[in-house]
Amino acid sequence: MIHVLLASSQPVVETSTSTGQAVAFWILAPLAVVSAVLVVVSRKSVHSAIWMALTMIILAIFFLMEGAYFLGIVQIVVYTGAVMMLFLFVLMLVGVDASDSLVETLRGQRWLAILLGLGLGGLLVGAIGQVTFRGALGTTAAEAEAGGHLQAIAEAIFTKYVYAFEVTSALLITAAVGAMVLAHRELLAPRKTQRQQSIERFKDGTHPTPFPSPGVFARHNAVGTPALLPDGSTSDASIPASLRSRGAKRSGGLTALEPVDDTAEGGEQ
Amino acid sequence: MNPANYLYVASLLFTIGAVGVLVRRNAIVVFMCVELMLNAANLAFVTFAHLNGNIDGQVVAFFVMVVAAAEVVVGLAIIVAIFRTRRSASVDDPNLLKY
Repeated sequence: MIHVLLASSQPVVETSTSTGQAVAFWILAPLAVVSAVLVVVSRKSVHSAIWMALTMIILAIFFLMEGAYFLGIVQIVVYTGAVMMLFLFVLMLVGVDASDSLVETLRGQRWLAILLGLGLGGLLVGAIGQVTFRGALGTTAAEAEAGGHLQAIAEAIFTKYVYAFEVTSALLITAAVGAMVLAHRELLAPRKTQRQQSIERFKDGTHPTPFPSPGVFARHNAVGTPALLPDGSTSDASIPASLRSRGAKRSGGLTALEPVDDTAEGGEQ
Repeated sequence: MNPANYLYVASLLFTIGAVGVLVRRNAIVVFMCVELMLNAANLAFVTFAHLNGNIDGQVVAFFVMVVAAAEVVVGLAIIVAIFRTRRSASVDDPNLLKY
C-alpha cells in the first residue's frame, strides 16, 4: 500500500537515513573493514576463510538495509553458504598443512603493494568525496511499478537482461564441466589391491608392520604425542604426517615423565 | 547518515582485497581476496541502485554473483589440480613458464 502511495506521488528523495540504519551502519561498517583486513593478514588460511564469511554476512546485512532483500538473501545462501563451504572443502584438501611462506620472492613487493593500495584507496575515497549526492531515491517507486520487489527484479532479469541471463546458463554449465575436467584424474595403472600393497610393503622391507600408535606409552594419549621406544626416545613414525608437517608434535620421550607443560600446545609456528 | 557512505565502505573493501591479492602467496587466500573485491563491487552496485531508485544495479549485482560462483568453482578446481602435481598451494611455485 505504501508502495502504491509512493508510486502515485513524486519520488521522495531521502537525504539522510533513519537513526536505526545509521547506528547499524556505524557498527557494521568498521567491523566489515576490520574483518576484511584480517582476511589479508591472518597467517592461517582457515582463519582467513572465517573472517571472509563474517565480511560476507555483514555485506548481506548492508544489502538488506538498502532494500535489496533478494540480493541480501542470495548473498547469504550463495556466498556464505556455497562459496565459503567450497573454500573450506578445498582448504581441507589442500591448504591446512601448507603454511604461507613469509619469504618475499620480489624484494620490496609487499611495501610497494601496500603503497599502491593506499594510493588506490585514497583515489577512490577522494573521488567519492568530490561527488555531491542528491540523496537516496530508494527503489520502492521502481518496485511499485512492477508490483513488488521480487516482481521488479524478475521483470528486469527476464525482459531487459534476458540475453545475459541465457548466457549465464551457458557459463554455469561450462564452469561445471570445467571443474569436472580439472578435478578428474586419469588412472594410469590399475588400482592396487590390498594383497599387492602388502606384498610391496614386505618387499622393500623398511617397515612391514603397522606404524606404532601415538602416545601409547607416553602420559598423553593425544594424537600429537609421539609413542615412546624401549630406550626412552620418541618414535616419529607414530605421528600422522599431516600433524608432523604442521609442527603439532607434542614433546615426548623421557621428558614426558615430568609434569607436562600444557601451554606448549602445538600448531603455532 | 549520508546514504552514500556505503560507497566508502565498498571502496575500502575493494582496496583491501586488491592489496591482499598482491601481498599474499597462498593461492586460496588470493582467491578469497578476489571474492572480497567482487563483493565490494556488488555493494557499490546495490548502493547506486538505492541512490538512483533504479532496480538495474541490483540485477547487475545478481549477475556478478553468478559469475563469481562459476569463477570460484573453476578456480578452486585449478588450485586442486596444481596442488596434485606440485604439492603446493603457493602462487610462487607454478613457475615452469618462467624460463
